[in-house]
Amino acid sequence: MDGNRTPALEVEDLTVAYSDQPVLWDVDLTVPVGDKMAVVGPNGAGKSTLVKAALGLVPAVAGEVRVFGRPFVRGRGEIAYVPQRAGLEWDFPTDVLDVVTMGTYGGLGWFRRPGKAERERARAALDEVAMSEFERRPIAQLSGGQQQRVLLARALVQSAPILMLDEPFQGVDAPTERAIVAVLDRLSGEGRTVIVVHHDLQTVPEYFDSVLLLNVRAIDAGPVDEVFTEDNLRLTFGGRVGVLAQLAATVDRAR
Amino acid sequence: MTPELEILAIAVVTAVAAALPGVFLVLRRMAMVSDAISHAILPGIVVAFFLTRDLSSPLLLLAAAATGVLTVALIEALARSRQVPEDAAIGIVFPALFSIGVILISRAASDVHLDTDAVLLGELAFAPFHRFTPGGVDLGPAALWSMGAILLLNATLVVVAWKELKLATVDGALAALLGFQPAVVHYVLMTMVSVTAVGAFDAVGSILVVALIIAPPATAYLVAERLGPMIGLAIAAAAAAATAGWAAALALDVSIAGAIAGAAGAIFAVVFLVAPERGLIAQARRRRGQRLDLAVRMLLVHLLHHQDTPAAAEECREAGLHRHLGWREPWTRKVVARAEGRSLVERHDRLVRTTDEGRRLADAAVVGFAG
Repeated sequence: MDGNRTPALEVEDLTVAYSDQPVLWDVDLTVPVGDKMAVVGPNGAGKSTLVKAALGLVPAVAGEVRVFGRPFVRGRGEIAYVPQRAGLEWDFPTDVLDVVTMGTYGGLGWFRRPGKAERERARAALDEVAMSEFERRPIAQLSGGQQQRVLLARALVQSAPILMLDEPFQGVDAPTERAIVAVLDRLSGEGRTVIVVHHDLQTVPEYFDSVLLLNVRAIDAGPVDEVFTEDNLRLTFGGRVGVLAQLAATVDRAR
Repeated sequence: MTPELEILAIAVVTAVAAALPGVFLVLRRMAMVSDAISHAILPGIVVAFFLTRDLSSPLLLLAAAATGVLTVALIEALARSRQVPEDAAIGIVFPALFSIGVILISRAASDVHLDTDAVLLGELAFAPFHRFTPGGVDLGPAALWSMGAILLLNATLVVVAWKELKLATVDGALAALLGFQPAVVHYVLMTMVSVTAVGAFDAVGSILVVALIIAPPATAYLVAERLGPMIGLAIAAAAAAATAGWAAALALDVSIAGAIAGAAGAIFAVVFLVAPERGLIAQARRRRGQRLDLAVRMLLVHLLHHQDTPAAAEECREAGLHRHLGWREPWTRKVVARAEGRSLVERHDRLVRTTDEGRRLADAAVVGFAG
């Protein structure tokens, strides 16, 4: 690939603070087009906050976010976001197809209702995550894995060049995890950029091309085989070196 | 129309108008905000009344709506300070504003028609006396026109902003990301609540309007699985509460507003008991069914274990089963009857035996437990 291409996402000097406590400290990040990147770090490292701040969902005290070289503005459909499952009101009286169709609202603008074309796109996305048979199911009756597939389908119908997912594998069943991985592989194969907040270090080398190690500051970022090292993991996670050393050794062997 | 029928019409229109924003308050877990708004708009009404000396002036509506939105803004600013939780912020803001209204009334309005009782409880019985007479033509009670206009406004907003209200309620983050302004949607909804509360003020007072905003939508929420049906059921519950309360008040000669709010609560209580899926009775029946199913499986496993052994004559004897299983006798009879009804067991010579189907189920149950 052309090394000079404009990156999909550039984050510069991003700082987020709750009152005077920084949760993200001067984070820089460049994500090339087509990259599949994991964001890992200990609890409280600011992983979710990074994604939300990049999207303008939590206010940043400093920093800049550029998408394809332009300052990020919401409502242009460049980034689709899959929140943590708790981010949705699952008790709302509606069905699966309706929630996935919400992904098409951005293209409709104010007050125009979705029609047949929008519902067809939603059905196609449901099909890709193997949820077609549940399209009429009230969302209150879904399992955790089904909820996650619905959220992914809703992001897919947005046809955005960049996808950001916050802990999509948290508490889902193995088939759902495989289904999500397959979708992410397909997207990155098509040249779309995928950024995933991820908690399972074991699967980082298998699922992702690159990794951001985050602990309030960005410790390091880049291709997995360069950045996902024992030293870096120790810098990121601190104390628990035993497990990490073992993990890094596994990664080394895998190379 | 007779005055009684005019009162009924006002009551139904008011209840339905209140239920529309109520649906979204209930779904957004903001029910108590309606309580705050309906009280806090009082100083706005009083000040506007002092300026116009006219209870039916549209300025009252504007002032009240502005005070309602101010209330919400104050609550949110206080909650955002993270020094008090949001429910405490509600509890601080609205009594403060309400008390200002009460003091203003008692201080300056003792000689006019704006007394504390009317504010708290409304004067539905007097509503037919205030007529809408443009150019001297009597077109009916003024309250019917004002509440009708508010109902039309609320219905229009719900229909036009259907997708935006839904999206902002289900997932505010997605709404923001797609370029819809969830904060704007939020304040439009709060304005709807404020305008509805001030309109309903005249009819049912500031306390009972909360019952009309919350109880019918909460009733509908117990039954509906889609937003459209939920709104339809909320409207039906609102109209039913208004009609039943009106009829009860006429028959018993009691406060109309009180009877309507009581009817709204009673309808909720009944649905809470008998709702098909989420009602208390349905839940109890489901739990009982599950207990009975488990007992049938235990019976089958017990029978399978002992039948065709020398102990079968004792262990599988119908009259002795309850002792071996440690169950009470009537329950045991019920379990055996259920199992027999499903052709899982048969009775021969005072012994109970599993059928082939029962044997399969028992095997599956044991494997299930072992696994």
